[in-house]
Amino acid sequence: MSPIPVTEADLHAFLDGALPEARRGDVEAYLAAHPDEAARLAAYRQQIEGLRARFDTVLEEPVPERLAQVVQLPPRRPALLRVAAVSGWLVVGAAAGWLARGVEAPSPPRTVQIARDAALAHAVYVPEVRHPVEVAADQEEHLVAWLSKRLGGEVRAPQLTAQGFHLVGGRLLPGDAGPAAQFMYQDNSGRRLTLYVRTAATENQETAFRFTQEGGVRVFYWVDGPFGYALTGEIEREPLLRAANAVYAQFNP
Amino acid sequence: MDDLGALIAPQIPRLRRYARALTGERGRADDLVQDTLERALGRFHLWRRGSDLRAWLFTIMHNLFVNQVRTADPLADGADLDTVTVAARGGPADVTDLLDLDAALRRLPDEHREVLLLVGLEQLSHQEAAAVLGVPLGTVMSRLSRARERLRRLMAGEPAPSVSLRVVK
Repeated sequence: MSPIPVTEADLHAFLDGALPEARRGDVEAYLAAHPDEAARLAAYRQQIEGLRARFDTVLEEPVPERLAQVVQLPPRRPALLRVAAVSGWLVVGAAAGWLARGVEAPSPPRTVQIARDAALAHAVYVPEVRHPVEVAADQEEHLVAWLSKRLGGEVRAPQLTAQGFHLVGGRLLPGDAGPAAQFMYQDNSGRRLTLYVRTAATENQETAFRFTQEGGVRVFYWVDGPFGYALTGEIEREPLLRAANAVYAQFNP
Repeated sequence: MDDLGALIAPQIPRLRRYARALTGERGRADDLVQDTLERALGRFHLWRRGSDLRAWLFTIMHNLFVNQVRTADPLADGADLDTVTVAARGGPADVTDLLDLDAALRRLPDEHREVLLLVGLEQLSHQEAAAVLGVPLGTVMSRLSRARERLRRLMAGEPAPSVSLRVVK
Protein backbone atom coordinates (compact mmCIF):
# COMPACT_ATOMS: atom_id res chain seq x y z
CA MET A 1 0.00 0.00 0.00
CA SER A 2 1.04 3.56 -0.47
CA PRO A 3 2.73 5.30 2.44
CA ILE A 4 0.63 8.46 1.93
CA PRO A 5 -3.15 7.93 1.84
CA VAL A 6 -4.76 8.72 -1.50
CA THR A 7 -7.17 11.65 -1.10
CA GLU A 8 -10.22 12.67 -3.07
CA ALA A 9 -8.18 15.56 -4.48
CA ASP A 10 -5.54 13.09 -5.67
CA LEU A 11 -8.19 11.15 -7.59
CA HIS A 12 -9.41 14.27 -9.40
CA ALA A 13 -5.87 15.44 -10.08
CA PHE A 14 -5.19 11.97 -11.52
CA LEU A 15 -8.29 12.19 -13.68
CA ASP A 16 -7.38 15.67 -14.94
CA GLY A 17 -3.75 14.81 -15.65
CA ALA A 18 -2.53 17.12 -12.90
CA LEU A 19 -1.01 14.54 -10.58
CA PRO A 20 2.79 14.60 -10.24
CA GLU A 21 4.46 11.67 -11.98
CA ALA A 22 5.81 10.34 -8.67
CA ARG A 23 2.33 10.09 -7.17
CA ARG A 24 0.66 8.37 -10.11
CA GLY A 25 1.77 4.87 -9.14
CA ASP A 26 0.21 5.30 -5.69
CA VAL A 27 -3.15 6.20 -7.19
CA GLU A 28 -3.02 3.36 -9.70
CA ALA A 29 -2.28 0.92 -6.90
CA TYR A 30 -5.13 2.37 -4.85
CA LEU A 31 -7.58 2.02 -7.74
CA ALA A 32 -6.45 -1.56 -8.40
CA ALA A 33 -7.20 -2.38 -4.78
CA HIS A 34 -10.56 -0.54 -4.75
CA PRO A 35 -12.67 -1.52 -7.75
CA ASP A 36 -15.61 0.62 -6.59
CA GLU A 37 -13.41 3.68 -6.61
CA ALA A 38 -12.04 2.71 -10.01
CA ALA A 39 -15.61 2.46 -11.29
CA ARG A 40 -16.46 5.86 -9.86
CA LEU A 41 -13.47 7.41 -11.57
CA ALA A 42 -14.37 5.67 -14.82
CA ALA A 43 -17.82 7.27 -14.60
CA TYR A 44 -16.22 10.69 -14.16
CA ARG A 45 -14.04 10.06 -17.16
CA GLN A 46 -17.17 9.23 -19.15
CA GLN A 47 -18.69 12.54 -18.02
CA ILE A 48 -15.77 14.43 -19.52
CA GLU A 49 -16.04 12.50 -22.77
CA GLY A 50 -19.80 13.02 -22.77
CA LEU A 51 -19.41 16.78 -22.28
CA ARG A 52 -17.00 17.04 -25.16
CA ALA A 53 -19.12 14.87 -27.43
CA ARG A 54 -22.16 16.96 -26.61
CA PHE A 55 -20.66 20.47 -26.83
CA ASP A 56 -17.64 20.25 -29.15
CA THR A 57 -20.06 20.68 -32.05
CA VAL A 58 -20.48 24.31 -30.95
CA LEU A 59 -16.86 24.88 -32.00
CA GLU A 60 -17.80 23.95 -35.57
CA GLU A 61 -20.77 26.30 -35.79
CA PRO A 62 -20.23 29.50 -37.75
CA VAL A 63 -19.82 32.47 -35.41
CA PRO A 64 -23.07 34.48 -35.40
CA GLU A 65 -22.80 37.81 -37.17
CA ARG A 66 -23.68 39.83 -34.07
CA LEU A 67 -20.70 38.35 -32.21
CA ALA A 68 -18.29 38.79 -35.12
CA GLN A 69 -19.33 42.42 -35.31
CA VAL A 70 -18.41 43.09 -31.70
CA VAL A 71 -14.74 42.34 -32.26
CA GLN A 72 -14.61 44.23 -35.53
CA LEU A 73 -16.06 47.45 -34.13
CA PRO A 74 -15.36 49.25 -30.89
CA PRO A 75 -18.27 48.86 -28.50
CA ARG A 76 -18.93 52.54 -27.94
CA ARG A 77 -19.60 54.93 -30.74
CA PRO A 78 -17.83 58.01 -29.28
CA ALA A 79 -14.65 55.96 -29.04
CA LEU A 80 -15.01 55.00 -32.67
CA LEU A 81 -15.41 58.62 -33.71
CA ARG A 82 -12.36 59.65 -31.73
CA VAL A 83 -10.25 56.93 -33.27
CA ALA A 84 -11.48 57.85 -36.73
CA ALA A 85 -10.68 61.50 -36.14
CA VAL A 86 -7.14 60.78 -35.00
CA SER A 87 -6.63 58.20 -37.74
CA GLY A 88 -7.41 61.01 -40.16
CA TRP A 89 -4.80 63.12 -38.48
CA LEU A 90 -2.32 60.30 -38.77
CA VAL A 91 -2.93 60.00 -42.50
CA VAL A 92 -2.58 63.76 -42.96
CA GLY A 93 0.55 63.80 -40.82
CA ALA A 94 2.11 60.89 -42.68
CA ALA A 95 1.30 62.48 -46.05
CA ALA A 96 2.72 65.82 -44.94
CA GLY A 97 5.84 64.10 -43.69
CA TRP A 98 6.24 62.25 -46.95
CA LEU A 99 5.76 65.38 -49.03
CA ALA A 100 8.20 67.28 -46.87
CA ARG A 101 10.80 64.59 -47.37
CA GLY A 102 11.97 65.80 -50.75
CA VAL A 103 12.21 69.39 -49.60
CA GLU A 104 13.99 68.94 -46.32
CA ALA A 105 17.49 67.80 -45.60
CA PRO A 106 18.08 64.04 -45.57
CA SER A 107 18.16 64.02 -41.75
CA PRO A 108 14.82 62.91 -40.27
CA PRO A 109 12.23 65.64 -39.70
CA ARG A 110 12.43 67.13 -36.26
CA THR A 111 9.03 65.78 -35.35
CA VAL A 112 10.27 62.25 -36.01
CA GLN A 113 13.41 62.99 -34.03
CA ILE A 114 11.34 63.84 -30.96
CA ALA A 115 9.69 60.42 -31.05
CA ARG A 116 13.09 58.73 -31.17
CA ASP A 117 14.52 60.86 -28.36
CA ALA A 118 11.40 60.31 -26.27
CA ALA A 119 11.48 56.54 -26.82
CA LEU A 120 15.15 56.48 -25.85
CA ALA A 121 14.59 58.53 -22.69
CA HIS A 122 11.61 56.31 -21.87
CA ALA A 123 13.71 53.16 -22.24
CA VAL A 124 16.47 54.59 -20.05
CA TYR A 125 14.41 55.85 -17.10
CA VAL A 126 11.28 53.70 -16.95
CA PRO A 127 13.08 50.60 -15.61
CA GLU A 128 14.60 52.70 -12.78
CA VAL A 129 13.29 51.56 -9.44
CA ARG A 130 15.09 53.89 -7.03
CA HIS A 131 15.64 56.99 -9.17
CA PRO A 132 12.99 57.11 -11.88
CA VAL A 133 12.67 60.90 -11.53
CA GLU A 134 14.76 63.84 -10.33
CA VAL A 135 11.88 65.64 -8.65
CA ALA A 136 9.00 63.61 -7.29
CA ALA A 137 5.31 64.39 -7.68
CA ASP A 138 5.02 65.57 -4.07
CA GLN A 139 7.00 68.63 -5.17
CA GLU A 140 4.99 69.13 -8.34
CA GLU A 141 4.88 72.91 -8.01
CA HIS A 142 8.66 73.11 -7.80
CA LEU A 143 9.05 70.57 -10.61
CA VAL A 144 6.82 72.52 -12.97
CA ALA A 145 8.39 75.89 -12.14
CA TRP A 146 11.87 74.51 -12.62
CA LEU A 147 11.15 72.81 -15.96
CA SER A 148 9.20 75.83 -17.22
CA LYS A 149 12.20 78.05 -16.48
CA ARG A 150 14.64 75.71 -18.22
CA LEU A 151 12.45 75.18 -21.28
CA GLY A 152 11.67 78.88 -21.55
CA GLY A 153 7.88 78.58 -21.50
CA GLU A 154 5.08 77.43 -19.26
CA VAL A 155 5.22 73.65 -18.91
CA ARG A 156 2.59 71.74 -16.94
CA ALA A 157 2.29 68.14 -15.84
CA PRO A 158 -1.10 67.01 -17.17
CA GLN A 159 -3.39 64.81 -15.06
CA LEU A 160 -3.83 61.25 -16.31
CA THR A 161 -5.70 59.91 -13.30
CA ALA A 162 -8.84 59.35 -15.39
CA GLN A 163 -6.71 57.00 -17.52
CA GLY A 164 -5.48 55.24 -14.39
CA PHE A 165 -2.02 56.85 -14.28
CA HIS A 166 -0.69 59.09 -11.54
CA LEU A 167 2.29 61.42 -11.74
CA VAL A 168 5.55 59.97 -10.40
CA GLY A 169 7.60 63.08 -11.08
CA GLY A 170 9.88 64.50 -13.73
CA ARG A 171 13.41 65.24 -14.84
CA LEU A 172 15.39 67.53 -17.08
CA LEU A 173 17.04 65.98 -20.14
CA PRO A 174 19.25 67.16 -22.98
CA GLY A 175 17.21 67.60 -26.16
CA ASP A 176 18.48 67.98 -29.69
CA ALA A 177 18.38 71.79 -29.47
CA GLY A 178 18.31 72.58 -25.77
CA PRO A 179 16.74 71.22 -22.64
CA ALA A 180 13.84 68.78 -22.65
CA ALA A 181 11.52 67.63 -19.86
CA GLN A 182 10.27 64.17 -19.03
CA PHE A 183 7.22 63.55 -16.84
CA MET A 184 6.68 60.01 -15.65
CA TYR A 185 3.34 58.40 -14.80
CA GLN A 186 2.51 55.04 -13.31
CA ASP A 187 -0.64 52.97 -12.89
CA ASN A 188 -1.57 50.63 -10.06
CA SER A 189 -0.04 47.65 -11.81
CA GLY A 190 3.29 49.47 -12.14
CA ARG A 191 3.09 50.24 -15.86
CA ARG A 192 4.69 53.56 -16.74
CA LEU A 193 4.08 56.25 -19.31
CA THR A 194 6.41 59.14 -20.04
CA LEU A 195 5.55 62.49 -21.52
CA TYR A 196 8.53 64.08 -23.24
CA VAL A 197 8.33 67.84 -23.84
CA ARG A 198 10.72 70.17 -25.60
CA THR A 199 10.65 73.42 -27.50
CA ALA A 200 9.41 73.16 -31.06
CA ALA A 201 11.12 74.84 -34.00
CA THR A 202 9.45 78.22 -34.39
CA GLU A 203 8.52 77.59 -38.01
CA ASN A 204 6.68 74.45 -37.02
CA GLN A 205 3.35 75.30 -35.37
CA GLU A 206 1.27 72.39 -36.68
CA THR A 207 -0.90 70.28 -34.45
CA ALA A 208 -1.10 66.69 -35.56
CA PHE A 209 -0.98 63.37 -33.77
CA ARG A 210 1.47 60.90 -35.18
CA PHE A 211 2.14 57.38 -34.09
CA THR A 212 5.20 55.22 -34.20
CA GLN A 213 6.14 51.94 -32.65
CA GLU A 214 9.51 50.44 -31.83
CA GLY A 215 9.11 46.88 -30.64
CA GLY A 216 6.65 47.04 -27.75
CA VAL A 217 7.23 50.77 -27.20
CA ARG A 218 4.51 52.96 -28.69
CA VAL A 219 4.75 56.70 -29.13
CA PHE A 220 2.14 59.32 -29.96
CA TYR A 221 3.82 62.61 -30.77
CA TRP A 222 2.65 66.02 -31.86
CA VAL A 223 3.59 69.68 -31.99
CA ASP A 224 1.41 72.18 -30.21
CA GLY A 225 2.40 75.84 -30.13
CA PRO A 226 5.85 76.37 -28.60
CA PHE A 227 6.41 72.74 -27.61
CA GLY A 228 6.73 69.35 -29.17
CA TYR A 229 5.25 66.46 -27.14
CA ALA A 230 5.74 62.71 -27.20
CA LEU A 231 3.76 60.31 -25.02
CA THR A 232 5.47 56.95 -24.75
CA GLY A 233 4.42 53.67 -23.19
CA GLU A 234 4.46 49.92 -23.51
CA ILE A 235 0.69 49.76 -23.32
CA GLU A 236 -1.76 49.07 -26.11
CA ARG A 237 -2.27 51.68 -28.75
CA GLU A 238 -5.87 52.47 -27.72
CA PRO A 239 -5.25 53.36 -24.07
CA LEU A 240 -2.11 55.25 -25.08
CA LEU A 241 -4.17 57.22 -27.57
CA ARG A 242 -6.76 58.00 -24.90
CA ALA A 243 -3.96 59.30 -22.68
CA ALA A 244 -2.52 61.38 -25.54
CA ASN A 245 -5.97 62.85 -26.16
CA ALA A 246 -6.20 63.72 -22.47
CA VAL A 247 -2.82 65.47 -22.53
CA TYR A 248 -3.74 67.41 -25.62
CA ALA A 249 -7.13 68.39 -24.22
CA GLN A 250 -5.56 69.74 -21.02
CA PHE A 251 -3.23 72.03 -22.95
CA ASN A 252 -6.11 73.15 -25.21
CA PRO A 253 -9.08 73.62 -22.87
CA MET B 1 -9.00 48.34 -32.43
CA ASP B 2 -8.15 45.79 -35.10
CA ASP B 3 -5.42 44.11 -33.10
CA LEU B 4 -7.66 43.76 -30.04
CA GLY B 5 -10.39 42.22 -32.13
CA ALA B 6 -7.88 40.00 -33.90
CA LEU B 7 -6.66 38.68 -30.54
CA ILE B 8 -10.10 38.04 -29.14
CA ALA B 9 -11.88 36.73 -32.24
CA PRO B 10 -10.24 33.27 -32.22
CA GLN B 11 -11.54 32.77 -28.67
CA ILE B 12 -15.19 33.15 -29.64
CA PRO B 13 -15.91 29.48 -30.48
CA ARG B 14 -14.63 28.29 -27.12
CA LEU B 15 -16.49 31.04 -25.26
CA ARG B 16 -19.64 29.95 -27.08
CA ARG B 17 -19.07 26.30 -26.21
CA TYR B 18 -18.67 27.09 -22.52
CA ALA B 19 -21.62 29.48 -22.47
CA ARG B 20 -23.84 26.95 -24.25
CA ALA B 21 -23.06 24.25 -21.71
CA LEU B 22 -23.37 26.71 -18.85
CA THR B 23 -26.76 28.19 -19.77
CA GLY B 24 -28.21 25.35 -21.81
CA GLU B 25 -29.82 27.79 -24.25
CA ARG B 26 -28.34 28.99 -27.49
CA GLY B 27 -29.77 32.51 -27.39
CA ARG B 28 -28.92 33.14 -23.77
CA ALA B 29 -25.46 31.68 -24.29
CA ASP B 30 -24.70 34.00 -27.20
CA ASP B 31 -26.04 36.96 -25.21
CA LEU B 32 -23.54 36.07 -22.52
CA VAL B 33 -20.74 35.79 -25.08
CA GLN B 34 -21.68 39.14 -26.57
CA ASP B 35 -21.66 40.82 -23.15
CA THR B 36 -18.30 39.20 -22.44
CA LEU B 37 -16.75 40.45 -25.69
CA GLU B 38 -18.04 43.97 -25.18
CA ARG B 39 -16.77 44.16 -21.65
CA ALA B 40 -13.41 42.67 -22.65
CA LEU B 41 -12.91 45.27 -25.37
CA GLY B 42 -13.95 48.07 -23.03
CA ARG B 43 -11.49 46.91 -20.40
CA PHE B 44 -8.75 45.63 -22.62
CA HIS B 45 -6.22 47.90 -20.97
CA LEU B 46 -6.69 45.83 -17.80
CA TRP B 47 -5.46 42.68 -19.50
CA ARG B 48 -1.79 42.05 -18.83
CA ARG B 49 -0.15 41.23 -22.14
CA GLY B 50 1.44 37.82 -21.98
CA SER B 51 -1.04 36.48 -19.47
CA ASP B 52 -3.61 33.93 -20.59
CA LEU B 53 -6.23 35.78 -22.62
CA ARG B 54 -8.68 32.89 -22.58
CA ALA B 55 -8.62 32.63 -18.78
CA TRP B 56 -9.18 36.38 -18.58
CA LEU B 57 -12.19 36.11 -20.90
CA PHE B 58 -13.61 33.23 -18.86
CA THR B 59 -13.20 35.34 -15.73
CA ILE B 60 -15.22 38.14 -17.30
CA MET B 61 -17.88 35.67 -18.42
CA HIS B 62 -18.05 34.11 -14.95
CA ASN B 63 -18.60 37.52 -13.33
CA LEU B 64 -21.31 38.42 -15.83
CA PHE B 65 -22.99 35.06 -15.38
CA VAL B 66 -23.00 35.33 -11.60
CA ASN B 67 -24.46 38.84 -11.77
CA GLN B 68 -27.16 37.73 -14.20
CA VAL B 69 -28.18 34.84 -12.00
CA ARG B 70 -28.35 37.16 -8.98
CA THR B 71 -30.43 39.68 -10.89
CA ALA B 72 -32.78 37.03 -12.23
CA ASP B 73 -33.29 35.37 -8.86
CA PRO B 74 -32.76 37.60 -5.85
CA LEU B 75 -33.18 34.62 -3.57
CA ALA B 76 -30.06 33.06 -5.04
CA ASP B 77 -28.07 35.93 -3.65
CA GLY B 78 -26.71 34.89 -0.33
CA ALA B 79 -28.09 31.37 -0.50
CA ASP B 80 -25.15 29.16 0.27
CA LEU B 81 -24.57 25.87 -1.38
CA ASP B 82 -25.90 23.84 1.52
CA THR B 83 -29.28 25.55 1.25
CA VAL B 84 -29.37 24.88 -2.45
CA THR B 85 -28.42 21.27 -1.85
CA VAL B 86 -31.21 20.70 0.63
CA ALA B 87 -33.74 22.31 -1.66
CA ALA B 88 -32.63 20.22 -4.60
CA ARG B 89 -32.81 17.02 -2.62
CA GLY B 90 -36.41 17.46 -1.65
CA GLY B 91 -37.48 19.01 -4.94
CA PRO B 92 -38.01 17.79 -8.44
CA ALA B 93 -34.32 16.99 -8.77
CA ASP B 94 -34.85 13.96 -6.63
CA VAL B 95 -36.06 11.83 -9.48
CA THR B 96 -34.92 8.29 -9.92
CA ASP B 97 -35.16 8.32 -13.72
CA LEU B 98 -32.02 8.33 -15.75
CA LEU B 99 -31.32 11.82 -16.95
CA ASP B 100 -29.51 12.72 -20.11
CA LEU B 101 -26.48 14.95 -19.89
CA ASP B 102 -28.33 18.19 -20.68
CA ALA B 103 -31.02 17.59 -18.10
CA ALA B 104 -28.52 16.44 -15.50
CA LEU B 105 -26.39 19.55 -16.02
CA ARG B 106 -29.46 21.72 -15.47
CA ARG B 107 -29.98 20.09 -12.08
CA LEU B 108 -26.53 21.03 -10.84
CA PRO B 109 -26.06 24.18 -8.77
CA ASP B 110 -24.40 26.89 -10.87
CA GLU B 111 -21.17 26.68 -8.87
CA HIS B 112 -20.93 22.98 -9.55
CA ARG B 113 -21.73 23.30 -13.23
CA GLU B 114 -19.15 26.04 -13.71
CA VAL B 115 -16.25 24.15 -12.20
CA LEU B 116 -17.24 20.92 -13.90
CA LEU B 117 -17.29 22.62 -17.31
CA LEU B 118 -14.16 24.72 -16.86
CA VAL B 119 -12.13 21.66 -15.91
CA GLY B 120 -13.83 18.89 -17.89
CA LEU B 121 -14.97 20.65 -21.04
CA GLU B 122 -12.57 23.59 -21.30
CA GLN B 123 -9.60 21.69 -19.87
CA LEU B 124 -8.52 24.47 -17.55
CA SER B 125 -6.11 23.42 -14.82
CA HIS B 126 -7.48 23.41 -11.28
CA GLN B 127 -5.41 26.53 -10.54
CA GLU B 128 -6.75 28.32 -13.62
CA ALA B 129 -10.30 27.41 -12.67
CA ALA B 130 -9.69 28.79 -9.17
CA ALA B 131 -8.45 32.07 -10.67
CA VAL B 132 -11.40 32.32 -13.07
CA LEU B 133 -13.93 31.64 -10.31
CA GLY B 134 -12.10 33.78 -7.76
CA VAL B 135 -12.03 31.02 -5.11
CA PRO B 136 -9.21 29.13 -3.39
CA LEU B 137 -7.87 25.95 -4.97
CA GLY B 138 -9.32 23.88 -2.13
CA THR B 139 -12.78 25.19 -2.95
CA VAL B 140 -12.34 24.19 -6.57
CA MET B 141 -11.33 20.68 -5.53
CA SER B 142 -14.27 20.20 -3.17
CA ARG B 143 -16.76 21.65 -5.66
CA LEU B 144 -15.32 19.51 -8.44
CA SER B 145 -15.61 16.42 -6.29
CA ARG B 146 -19.21 17.15 -5.35
CA ALA B 147 -20.18 18.19 -8.87
CA ARG B 148 -18.82 15.03 -10.46
CA GLU B 149 -20.46 12.79 -7.91
CA ARG B 150 -23.76 14.60 -8.18
CA LEU B 151 -23.74 14.42 -11.96
CA ARG B 152 -22.85 10.75 -11.83
CA ARG B 153 -25.76 10.01 -9.54
CA LEU B 154 -28.19 12.08 -11.57
CA MET B 155 -27.25 10.26 -14.74
CA ALA B 156 -27.30 6.86 -13.06
CA GLY B 157 -30.72 7.55 -11.52
CA GLU B 158 -29.35 7.26 -8.00
CA PRO B 159 -30.60 9.54 -5.24
CA ALA B 160 -28.35 12.33 -4.10
CA PRO B 161 -25.80 11.23 -1.49
CA SER B 162 -27.18 11.39 1.99
CA VAL B 163 -23.80 11.68 3.61
CA SER B 164 -21.10 14.09 2.62
CA LEU B 165 -18.23 12.81 0.58
CA ARG B 166 -14.92 12.19 2.17
CA VAL B 167 -13.25 15.35 3.28
CA VAL B 168 -10.91 16.82 0.76
CA LYS B 169 -7.64 18.25 1.89
